[in-house]
Amino acid sequence: MEIIGFIFICIGILFNFFGCIGLTRLPDVYNRLQSATKCVTLGTCSILIGVFFHFGFTEAGIKAIIAIPLLFFSATVAAHALVKGAYIFGVKLGDKSVKDDYKDVTKS
Amino acid sequence: MRYIALFILAFIFWLLLTFNIDISNIIVGIVASLITAFVFGKYFIKDVIPFLQPQRYFWLIIYLFIFTWECIKANFYVAYLVLHPAMPIKPGIVKVKMGLKTNIAKTMLANSITMTPGTITVDIINDEIYVHWIYVSSEDPEEYSQKISGRFEKYIKKIFE
Repeated sequence: MEIIGFIFICIGILFNFFGCIGLTRLPDVYNRLQSATKCVTLGTCSILIGVFFHFGFTEAGIKAIIAIPLLFFSATVAAHALVKGAYIFGVKLGDKSVKDDYKDVTKS
Repeated sequence: MRYIALFILAFIFWLLLTFNIDISNIIVGIVASLITAFVFGKYFIKDVIPFLQPQRYFWLIIYLFIFTWECIKANFYVAYLVLHPAMPIKPGIVKVKMGLKTNIAKTMLANSITMTPGTITVDIINDEIYVHWIYVSSEDPEEYSQKISGRFEKYIKKIFE
């Protein structure tokens, strides 16, 4: 059980690391949010599952499992709010962007 | 009815989070849940009755497995995009149609889309979701609607409508 826990925690740390690389490498706000919210959320969920395997059905393990849905909902809602806020504030899409359907809606 | 449902949910959550069954702890939990139910009850789901049907939970479990699989697959894809030296991204905001009616179903679909790496929900206006996509792979609305929301929509329809 402890070994499975450590494997999950290692995968989680690896994905958090990828998320941070994405945060520095990607070009604009929207793409950075992509990696910042998702790789990091999945990585943290994986760490929490690893903690659950490590402690089993004790106080700490159950709390780690409960933290997953909380993290899930808060991360999605925060990402949505940040993207919409950035767009309405007037942050431009990056140079590589190919399509923007949302422009017409915000103008009218 | 929905105040009672929210109260029960909040109380179970409190018990799991504090994880002891002293009488004092339970009393504090009941008071806290009552306050929560009174303040936030009006934002809770309007119709609670459909959520007592067992087949919805069966679909929910299947959906969780499919969602986890999609999430992991797409996560590796984003990791690949980030680590690739040339970074082959093609970001853009696309408009996706959906066939869901109730607010809770729309919220869950938007959350699912946001959680699968590569797509973030920007806004919902009536029946259309605006999605920021890190790699716009086709120009055809039918095709990318299928790609973004099609795989979740039929399950969410069974669970939340």
